[in-house]
Amino acid sequence: MTLPMNAQNVSVDVSLVSIEKINTLSGENVKLCMQCGTCTAACPMADEMDFFPRKVMHLSQFGMLSRMNDINTYWKCASCHSCSVRCPRGIDIAKVMEALRQLVLRTSKNYIEPSEMPAAQIKELPAIVMVAGFRKLTS
Amino acid sequence: MKISYYPGCTLKLKAKNLELAGLASLKALGIDVEEMDRWNCCGAVYSLTDDDLIHHVGPVRNLVRAKERGADKLVTLCSMCYNTLARANQLMKTDVVKRDTINRFMDDEIDYAGEVEVIHYLTLLEEHVGWDKIKAKVKAPLTDLKVAPYYGCTLQRPQDVGIEPMGSFRLMTRLLEAIGATVVPFNSSDKCCGSYQVLNAPAGDNDAAANVLKAANQAGIEALATSCPLCEYNLGKQQEQFLAKSKITAHVPTFYFTQLLAMALGVSPEVCHFELNDIRSLQLLEAKNIQAAA
Repeated sequence: MTLPMNAQNVSVDVSLVSIEKINTLSGENVKLCMQCGTCTAACPMADEMDFFPRKVMHLSQFGMLSRMNDINTYWKCASCHSCSVRCPRGIDIAKVMEALRQLVLRTSKNYIEPSEMPAAQIKELPAIVMVAGFRKLTS
Repeated sequence: MKISYYPGCTLKLKAKNLELAGLASLKALGIDVEEMDRWNCCGAVYSLTDDDLIHHVGPVRNLVRAKERGADKLVTLCSMCYNTLARANQLMKTDVVKRDTINRFMDDEIDYAGEVEVIHYLTLLEEHVGWDKIKAKVKAPLTDLKVAPYYGCTLQRPQDVGIEPMGSFRLMTRLLEAIGATVVPFNSSDKCCGSYQVLNAPAGDNDAAANVLKAANQAGIEALATSCPLCEYNLGKQQEQFLAKSKITAHVPTFYFTQLLAMALGVSPEVCHFELNDIRSLQLLEAKNIQAAA
């Protein structure tokens, strides 16, 4: 579906299928979000994100995956659940971020390449960092 | 009451200072736990996508092992293991459909429905030892050590598996008080340290960890106590780089809470493996005459 936005005929990809995908994968309903921004305020990684969590939630509400292809927001998410426990609408936003990661990872794309990590770094890192990180950032 | 102990991968190598100090402390307190045999990786993070059941098999298999051995409770030291196992346990208790799928997939194992209770070591201390008894057993109180509990994310979130309600840091506070330390109010006890993001960040770039340490600097905190090897790594191992980039103003030695407990109980410092912490950790204890007393 293509909608004219801001009366300037800017085409955006609004996709009901994508909304459904995000909801099914996350087990959440992104339409519940009322855009209060509590998630962004609570997020320890927000400063490093291309789009704040609130904006990602907004784009998710319209299924606009193409606008989120190249952003780092869901890759920067540390799954700390600071947003999830504070969301006044009860949305587990960490699960929405996981769904967005998985939509990419399930096309066999990695966000980081373990083979490119320096041996010295691997030697120093505790196992827990690598297990957690590889599970979140590689396919 | 039989209590099984689940160590997890990191506690056997990089974080053996967390494990060995914890086990020695339990021995000193007269609590008997049995390390479960044939444990496997818990997965470190709980799978958050609704259709991903295969990654629950790892933690559930550990719970099955505990049930097989007749354990009533499964105790963990590592925060991330606690979180992953407790959430998987909750899933098996409450979600009938997913439980059936997982049980049928693991058809060579006995069925599991959340019979074992997953608890954290701090809960074990409160419920099975008690703060007064710990206080009575202290041989070398950590007098004058200004320390704050650092819980990070996984001990408290999400709320239904948290070891205590959001914003409350009672368990570790009571422990630190019982062993004679001065507990300093800290506004960043449950702020994230950046977690696995450190995998993809050059040394000294992890601002989430730097912000926690900076808050500790501002609060006049001398040391942080944690129970997570990932938190300890992020907070403790890159302080030189944070200082070089002026993100923090002073070193904040990081300890596992078990190390502080063990020292207070008079366990030999060798058991606590301080060489795995930053060198300043041991120096701080020596400056406070804690090493000498033990």
